[in-house]
Amino acid sequence: MRRSMLFLPGNNPNMLINGNCLGADAVIFDLEDAVSPAEKDAARILVRNTMRYMDFRGCEIIVRINSIDTPYWKADLDAVLPYKPNLILLPKTGTASDALGVDAYMAQVEARTGLEQGSIGLMPLIETAMGVENAFSIASCSKRVKALFLGAEDLTADLQCKRTKEGREIEYARTRLVVAARAAGVDVYDTPFTDVNDDEGVVKDASYAKALGFTGKASISPRHVEVINQVFSPSLKDITYAYEVVEAIAQAKAQGKGAISLHGKMIDAPIVARAERTIAMAEALGLGKEERHE
Amino acid sequence: MEILKNASAGTLESSDVYVEIEPGTGALEISLESVVENQFGEAILKAVREVLRECQVQNAVVRVVDRGALECVLRARVETAVLRAIGETASLRTAARTEDAQAVVDCGKEAG
Repeated sequence: MRRSMLFLPGNNPNMLINGNCLGADAVIFDLEDAVSPAEKDAARILVRNTMRYMDFRGCEIIVRINSIDTPYWKADLDAVLPYKPNLILLPKTGTASDALGVDAYMAQVEARTGLEQGSIGLMPLIETAMGVENAFSIASCSKRVKALFLGAEDLTADLQCKRTKEGREIEYARTRLVVAARAAGVDVYDTPFTDVNDDEGVVKDASYAKALGFTGKASISPRHVEVINQVFSPSLKDITYAYEVVEAIAQAKAQGKGAISLHGKMIDAPIVARAERTIAMAEALGLGKEERHE
Repeated sequence: MEILKNASAGTLESSDVYVEIEPGTGALEISLESVVENQFGEAILKAVREVLRECQVQNAVVRVVDRGALECVLRARVETAVLRAIGETASLRTAARTEDAQAVVDCGKEAG
């Protein structure tokens, strides 16, 4: 479960070593934009050592490697894959071919280092017009692809438009990515809200992303993590209703019915599926059936 | 590995360590400044020597200025300084030749 993903600059020891106590469901060790070209080597070794020595129990590890149009990406994978990150975030993924090239190299490193084939996931970062247009083929090109990730800053530069807080300029990309990812059966994550001092803005932006169907949202500031976690967690009302739905449908089945009415509304398969997802998430968060009665 | 030129890695920021390395005069010379030198000085020097040994550096002058870095950070900065001092960056080595990349990875593993 990933509601929040927090970017940490790959060459900043103070941020890296504290990454596991900032509340994010996942941390993204950034070897790309947060690291100057002169420090790529240092960041790669520092991130590798952090993964090797630090305990990030309860917090997934994602590494943003450098893009395939740089001389760094293979060295990045060579360094970090042996320490089993949960996902590799691949910037500027424009086509399925881009993702498949990295997929193939990851398979080589897995074979060389004795890791299970396909055990480390790939999350293409969609941040170009080409990437948006190819979103479904990218999301469905390999079993290694576990999610899509929207990067709005580079995308709006590519679209030659201004990035705004309201985000109308990325409306199409957001909905396109959600549809593409869901059609491919993978998760989808929203771009960070970059004004770290706007506490109301991040709530609004995260809530809108959730309403569109995003699985979670990235952040560039630890300040936004708690808010994002709250927005992407089911409310007590949602959890209570979900349990009522599951109980109602169980009763319906016991009575030989395919559907049943709850609070005056018909309960059918899509509602049951949503309720089951809510319950699964609530249980993963420790919000069990008993707690809703408290 | 022969240290061919002066190189450095790391910063003087909190939780980091700055490492300078230059060609030696026949042996290893290591100097240390650290805010926690009284308590951890020996441990820091031991870790520095281990990384240098695993990277097969026997002849160098090394200056370590510690700002409270964890051992994983210290080892990373020493390794980076060594790789820079032998004349090539890890990234360029790896991009050019996979075997070299693995050697770099192995160097870090053994250092740990």
